[in-house]
Amino acid sequence: MIAFLIKRLMHAVLVMFVISVLAFAIQDNLGDPIQQMVGQSVPESEREALRERLGLNDSFLVQYGRFAKNAVQGDFGYSYFYREPALGVIARHLPATLELVFAATLIIVLLSVPIGVYSAIKPRAVLSRFFMGASIIGISIPVFLTAIVLIQIFSIGITVTLFPESTGWGAWLNGLLSTQGSMPSFGRGYDLVHVVGHWDTNMASWDGLKHLVLPAISLASIMLPLFIRLIRAEMMEVLQSEYVKYARAKGISMRRVYFVHALKNTMLPVITVGGVQIGTMVAYTILTETVFQWPGMGLMFLDAINRADIPLIVAYLMIVGVIFVVTNTIVDLVYGFVNPTVKLTGKPA
Amino acid sequence: MALLEVSQLDVRFALRQGEVKAIRDVSFTLERGERLGIVGESGAGKSVAAFSLLNLISKPGFIAGGSIRFEGQTLNTMSERGLRKIRGNRISMIFQDPMMTLNPVLSIGEQMVECLKAHRRISSREARAIALDKLRQVQIPSPEKRLDQYPHELSGGMRQRIIIAIALLLDPDIIIADEPTTALDVTIQAEIMALLLDLCEQHNVGLILITHDLGVVSQVTQRMLVMYAGRVIEQGPTREIINDPQHPYTQGLINALPQMATPGEKLNQIRGSMPSLSNLPSGCAFHPRCDFIKRADGQTRPACVEQVPGFVQTGNCQVACHMVAELLEDRRLKEEGQ
Amino acid sequence: MTMTTNKAPSRLDRFRDSFVWYSFKRDRTAQLCLAVFLCLVVAAFSAPLLAPTDPYDLRQIDIMASELPPFWIDGADEQYTLGTDAQGRDLWSIILYGTRVSLLIGFGAVILQALLGVTFGLLAGYLGGRVDAFLMRLADIQLSFSTLMVAIVVGAVVKATLGGAFYSQYAVLMLVLIIGLAEWPQYARTVRASVLAERGKEYVDAARVMGLRSKRIMFRHVLPNTLSPIFVISTVQIANAIISEAALSFLGLGMPETHPSLGSLIKAGFDYIQSGSWWITLIPGAVLVVLVLSINLLGDWLRDVMNPRLYKG
Repeated sequence: MIAFLIKRLMHAVLVMFVISVLAFAIQDNLGDPIQQMVGQSVPESEREALRERLGLNDSFLVQYGRFAKNAVQGDFGYSYFYREPALGVIARHLPATLELVFAATLIIVLLSVPIGVYSAIKPRAVLSRFFMGASIIGISIPVFLTAIVLIQIFSIGITVTLFPESTGWGAWLNGLLSTQGSMPSFGRGYDLVHVVGHWDTNMASWDGLKHLVLPAISLASIMLPLFIRLIRAEMMEVLQSEYVKYARAKGISMRRVYFVHALKNTMLPVITVGGVQIGTMVAYTILTETVFQWPGMGLMFLDAINRADIPLIVAYLMIVGVIFVVTNTIVDLVYGFVNPTVKLTGKPA
Repeated sequence: MALLEVSQLDVRFALRQGEVKAIRDVSFTLERGERLGIVGESGAGKSVAAFSLLNLISKPGFIAGGSIRFEGQTLNTMSERGLRKIRGNRISMIFQDPMMTLNPVLSIGEQMVECLKAHRRISSREARAIALDKLRQVQIPSPEKRLDQYPHELSGGMRQRIIIAIALLLDPDIIIADEPTTALDVTIQAEIMALLLDLCEQHNVGLILITHDLGVVSQVTQRMLVMYAGRVIEQGPTREIINDPQHPYTQGLINALPQMATPGEKLNQIRGSMPSLSNLPSGCAFHPRCDFIKRADGQTRPACVEQVPGFVQTGNCQVACHMVAELLEDRRLKEEGQ
Repeated sequence: MTMTTNKAPSRLDRFRDSFVWYSFKRDRTAQLCLAVFLCLVVAAFSAPLLAPTDPYDLRQIDIMASELPPFWIDGADEQYTLGTDAQGRDLWSIILYGTRVSLLIGFGAVILQALLGVTFGLLAGYLGGRVDAFLMRLADIQLSFSTLMVAIVVGAVVKATLGGAFYSQYAVLMLVLIIGLAEWPQYARTVRASVLAERGKEYVDAARVMGLRSKRIMFRHVLPNTLSPIFVISTVQIANAIISEAALSFLGLGMPETHPSLGSLIKAGFDYIQSGSWWITLIPGAVLVVLVLSINLLGDWLRDVMNPRLYKG
């Protein structure tokens, strides 16, 4: 257990080191703090003096050492745009993104497991075929397009006049296919409930939840079909295995065969792949938040790119790196606990 | 009435290329406490036969004809619910590879208790007690510890002991053992086989032993079937078949045993290999490999190529071979002529 | 290579006898998808012939004719079949040109990914040891960050370094480079997995015993055996690359609006969706989905038919 933790930790440190070198290289090449600090009129000699004083003429290694030391202490420099510590800016935007990811994860887990299992058990059923068809369509629609379509349908509304309005059934069908746009599609709303620190939640008020629904569905839309297909494929493979056949030969109920013998083995690879995917969902928040103007880290990052706010970009990369490393480590630990063949000693037995 | 009666069993696989007949016209009976061996090369349909007894063949396989009757109930038409009451309870199975058979993520105790609870209304505590008792019977070292262990923590031999313990959990009438020792180390094969035989005798359990190992069959079983390409080609009391095999294939199998070879010389082999089930030779499926299809006048027996042989009674055995049939017929004609 | 003797069946004959062709003849979905995909490709690359106007020609743009709806809605101008966008460009023409841009970037990026990934995968799988550990660790890190994230970051940094104007000018090349660099690990892992599987086989040992150099063994003996998984993931990767391009363009890190891809058309149209001009964004969106869906379905079918052992997660 200890050895496993240490090994995971070493790996995490290595990954963070690589990320920090990259982040620092970006800062070193792109960010000229002098440009940001002083105006155009300041003569070159004064700039040079300032550079010397700030240590910008030191070697790459020395500067990286300083950068890493500050980063470990949570100091990523000042955001050019917000004129405050970059970490603080991120901390303000983090809860919105995490809530979005949490809501999307909830949707994914609650839907993908039953649908995946069902379509593995009954691969030829009409409903399974429908789910498989829907999932490949889902994979083929980019997140931002899903978001736009959702906005059009539920926020703006569509008026269908396909059928003749003069006939009763035509009007009825038109009415059935038309929607009234009533869902909010912009930001988090104003009915947020303060929890602690920077964390105001969307999940404690009706209006807050209404604002959360469309962005969460959009974000979930990219991963949900992947998970359904993954769970189905793994489950079908497990159902072919000898131990499932043996379980049936023991005369235990099919429900127990499916949900105890098969599902547990199915979920092992799903946890590894899936855990990583949940991490990568952070990348997709950039797209979702842009469409819905959701004031989270993703939108902040895109704004920072457009404003060339280098310290904020660097801080975002580091924080996202931390999030990925932490989720991956947690996933490995969970996997170790669920799978008895991993003794948490570093290598599978 | 026999405990188990299989008649004219016909199992097919619906493949993309068409139907493949995995088993054709297999019939046998098993009495209470009797031990029956089913012998053949891999691909002869032994395992399919074993799994079809409990209707456990997975798709695309299906039972296309014949019947399997257990205590007068027809298993092959029984509902899944009815079958579940028999599987693991009255008829239990031992699979080939103990590494693959036990579920890797469930503890040994869980896998034993669930089986008991599926068939009896008992508490977990009682179930554990029974499980422990069975583990003692299979002579596993420190049985108390095993219940909370996972399969990967045990050696292959120990796992197969646990599988035997699970097979005995509900004191079944029949155990079907599909190559129970093939996947184990040679050194412990005999040990496990002796244990299985011992327990079957003790509890008066019927055993259907599927194997390619004639040595094991001769030591363990009372009657045997020899299968080739999905058909039974010779059946009868084990002793008689081993001592005086009639079918050229059975003769070949026994000749191929290492103890039949002269030391220092090559082992005897049956030439050629088993045909694929989707592309069987005409007539007797064994004829391309048979050394006896030439008659005394040098001509190939046409019947071997043209007709599927029926069973002929020789002593207490039944043999499906034209050659044996013809020789017997010739003898009978000669005797009549005198 | 293509020479055939009388004895050996020609490549065409072999293809006709193959299971791939056999199952293609029976699979309606696969036929339909290939037809749709080919139609889109042909239409996109003959855009200058098919399009009534040249959307890159600023003189043909009539700002007075902006936001006209497609033909089935009242107020449509029959001159513009699918309506016009916010700048008054004919939507049909600009979609044709946009699809061409999307396809170009998609194919280009996949060719680059394949070159990088296959080379690295072969090296890692064949050489093993430190090279393998380094390359695969790199691939792991990159994949755990998700390829989209890597593409966004690289795009942002490149754009900031070179400046927006320069970036826009060479956007096609930039996007090919970015998406190519971001997604090579998929290829590398697949190729490495099959190299490892192949390396254990006897013919590779035989080739080594015969004294062939390892480079030759790799390219003449091992590589051909990894082709079928490469082929299968290529279809999926083209779909992914097209989506990645659209995502980057949607975020403003891709094609400029003056030279739009499907992604930048969707982005440009999104600003007008609230005013009711849904067609500017949703029609290019539909084209994008049909394109990607047809490729994905073809990929699915290919995977079922060829059934290679793909690298799993």
